[in-house]
Amino acid sequence: MRAETSAQTSGCTDVVPLVERGQREVFCGLTGIIWLHRKIQDAFFLVVGSRTCAHLIQSAAGVMIFAEPRFGTAIIDERDLAGLADVHEELDRVVGQLLARRPDIRLLFLVGSCPSEVIKLDLSRAAERQNQIHHPAVRVLNYSGSGIETTFTQGEDACLAALVPSLPGLPASTDTAPALMVVGTLADVVEDQMRSLLERMGLQVSFFPPRNSQAMPVVGPNTRYLLAQPFLADTARALQSRGAQHLPAPFPLGVEGTTAWLQAAATEFGVTPEVFEQATAAPRQRAEKALAVQRQMLQGQRIFFFPDSQLEIPLARFVHRELGMDLVEVGTPYLHRQHMAAELALLPAGTRISEGQDVDLQLDRCIADAPDLVVCGLGLANPLEAQGITTKWAIELVFTPIQGYEQAADLAGLFSRPLKRRLKLAA
Amino acid sequence: MQLTLWTYEGPPHVGAMRVATAMTDVHYVLHAPQGDTYADLLFTMIERLPRRPPVTYTTFQARDLGGDTAELFKDAARQAMARFQPAAMLVGSSCTAELIQDDPGGLAQALQLTIPVVALELPSYQRKENWGASETFYQLCRHLVHKPAAEKPAKVRPTCNILGPSALGFRHRDDVKEITQLLNQLGVDVAVVAPLSASVADVQKLAEADFNVVLYPEIGLAAAQWLQRQFDQPYTKTVPLGSHATRDFIAEVCALTSLPQPAQDPANAHAHWYAKSVDSTYLTGKRVYIFGDATHVVAAARIASQEMGFEVVGMGTYSREFAREVRDCAKRYGVEALITDDYLEVETQINALQPELILGTQMERHIAKRQGIPCAVISAPVHVQDFPARYAPQMGFEGANVLFDTWVHPLMMGLEEHLIGMFREDFEFHAGAAPSHLGSTRPAAENVAPVVAAPVATAVSATAAASSATPAHPDTLTTDSVQKVAAPAQAASNQATWSPEAEKELGKIPFFVRGKARRNTERFAQDLGVATITVETLYDAKAHYSR
Repeated sequence: MRAETSAQTSGCTDVVPLVERGQREVFCGLTGIIWLHRKIQDAFFLVVGSRTCAHLIQSAAGVMIFAEPRFGTAIIDERDLAGLADVHEELDRVVGQLLARRPDIRLLFLVGSCPSEVIKLDLSRAAERQNQIHHPAVRVLNYSGSGIETTFTQGEDACLAALVPSLPGLPASTDTAPALMVVGTLADVVEDQMRSLLERMGLQVSFFPPRNSQAMPVVGPNTRYLLAQPFLADTARALQSRGAQHLPAPFPLGVEGTTAWLQAAATEFGVTPEVFEQATAAPRQRAEKALAVQRQMLQGQRIFFFPDSQLEIPLARFVHRELGMDLVEVGTPYLHRQHMAAELALLPAGTRISEGQDVDLQLDRCIADAPDLVVCGLGLANPLEAQGITTKWAIELVFTPIQGYEQAADLAGLFSRPLKRRLKLAA
Repeated sequence: MQLTLWTYEGPPHVGAMRVATAMTDVHYVLHAPQGDTYADLLFTMIERLPRRPPVTYTTFQARDLGGDTAELFKDAARQAMARFQPAAMLVGSSCTAELIQDDPGGLAQALQLTIPVVALELPSYQRKENWGASETFYQLCRHLVHKPAAEKPAKVRPTCNILGPSALGFRHRDDVKEITQLLNQLGVDVAVVAPLSASVADVQKLAEADFNVVLYPEIGLAAAQWLQRQFDQPYTKTVPLGSHATRDFIAEVCALTSLPQPAQDPANAHAHWYAKSVDSTYLTGKRVYIFGDATHVVAAARIASQEMGFEVVGMGTYSREFAREVRDCAKRYGVEALITDDYLEVETQINALQPELILGTQMERHIAKRQGIPCAVISAPVHVQDFPARYAPQMGFEGANVLFDTWVHPLMMGLEEHLIGMFREDFEFHAGAAPSHLGSTRPAAENVAPVVAAPVATAVSATAAASSATPAHPDTLTTDSVQKVAAPAQAASNQATWSPEAEKELGKIPFFVRGKARRNTERFAQDLGVATITVETLYDAKAHYSR
């Protein structure tokens, strides 16, 4: 940890980001389906959209699509648009067809897309109707993953926010002790580690989303929740409206982030410093040792983040403070000041933070800055490499387990590998 | 509404992107919501292009919808013009922008750009990617091609254009190289290749050549037909895929140009001899299933049947625009063509037919993997591995060589297959052994019935005809008629149960025909209403089918 930067507690708290509008080279929220369906194992995601939506998901899902996927697209055709077919009857037919094919599905999401939003297809009414038809075997919910409303990981936010109203609550009479909930999709291995760390401090914890739709966590006024992901603005608001209280913390990326994140829970539930230390000391030291190796490679390297997932600010904090990298620009598709407060305070003052995008202008800046490493999407990665700029493609940071102590060095490895490769091939 | 898990083709604006990206100085301004930029990575990742596709998206968001999305479009077009300075601009809408009904053509016109602007009408809710590419190229030709001078300048050699190759095309890069060489050897100069690597200036002079070579009708035919109507420019009808078709193509070109036809194939034409060599005898009558785009399917069927000696047991295409051609072709092989863009239908048909080799797209590759059937890729859509670094054309004589290797590779080699038949009880030559050149670890296929244990087993079979006729396999239970198994579902259903003795007897049958034997026996038992299959039933069925 850098003593000199942590001394400047103000950091980037009052930062005025560079806000840009123009062409945005980002995914839409439908892409969230790719990891959400792996998490909730008895859920199906049915996009109501166009061939473009189906094409997007299969391009993003790569090879996964063939293992009898739990997502698909109801492609709107000209008959639906011309009003020749009753869209709701059509949807009944498609959902019936789908559920007949997949009797194991217990939770069905009707996912809105740009076309369905623009033609104002009322998917919430459709979901209600499907609920009546298929109750009690299948519960049907809806949310929007459209590009006009959501960027990449915001699809998860919309999905979880749609789930919150249906989470079981506690009977009003009981005055049970506060309970901890971790919110945001984590890889199963990370979830297990976090559960074990928290249990070692004597805390019981539930995770949202759960691995099975039949095991939804309870929520109520005594729920305290930690956000595991930075892109959950609407979900947090929905939980708030059920009475749950947010525990502000940095995100569990790197040793520092993970410790502070766990500490937020420990403080809230009155865990003593000794117990906290006992629970976390060993994995923390292990992670610090593993990180030291990566630090040698990355120290002093200049890094530029294009906007993608809203993970950019916590990642920038991690690579700067724990790996010694210098931040050239940190782009984020959306800056939620409240959720990002703890992170911003830890960034070095004067960091160039940008919100939104005009991709051509941002590319101009990037090339002029000539950073050592650029975190960007796959549409930009090879073109930048061809210009001699080393890149780390951003999607991997969403699909790979990166949170917690045990993954800290893996996360650092994601940044060092492209640089190592460049050195090797140059030799 | 159509329930879709997988789509063979993208939306039509992706087809337009394939044309724009193929060319050198065209820019495409696409009215599209945030997120549609995903299509960029098809080009930068699958084709590994070292540059961004020349596409500017308006990336409108919900908050823009209340306001002036038309203005957004105009800004994007203006900025793209200033930044990229293209020689021509394509403008159009993606599926969502089609619904909000701004008029990109009209809006672009209002900008009074100094370059040609081609407005694309691509109906996203009716048409798909290949149609989009074809329409885009056709519209570009209509807007750009100049009328040639009345007096064509005197030329030493006849000239032609090559039409159809595009970005994200399956082996387009190397096909162009191969066919250009072939034409050059015949004495024909290639004037323009389009849209791949063509500039606007190149397209403008398309009409100056003597004739057109249509390599990919899915993309180039509409433009070629228009050029013929407008400028009396003939075009080639044969796609030079396979040795026979390449010879036909040469004959066609020579007829068009009055050039002499070469007396023999070039020295590098190895495929014909390879197919004749004795190691290939085992390929005779192998049952092959073919699916892909129309051009590659029709060509593959001919190669499979006439050049490899396979039996075509099923074929189909996702190219609805060319359904008639594929249906006609299928008739020649005595099968019914499957015209569908639903990969589940393809899977069902493959399951029912149990071919020994599948030639298809990357979807068929995965279907084949699940069912444990050897497979080679012959058509888009393909994944990154089918944009290889090495020279790998499909067309011309070198293409025929590539095809021979590619198709035979997943099959067991002749001698190896023979050994496995001879020493089938040997621990090293068991049902689960994969072809020795393909590695040894293969997961057990989930969809295969338990006794047909190894995925490779059903896959790598000697032909029904060959084995039943060979005295060396007296216990082989198989027949020609198995090839007529058609009714889907029925073949898979299993009413009768196997007695342990019959199951054991079945185990003695060479693994590579065991799957067929099992299905035949079960069908026989079902037809007769037999509840338990005994050893008797097994041989009754064998006798029944070997009439």
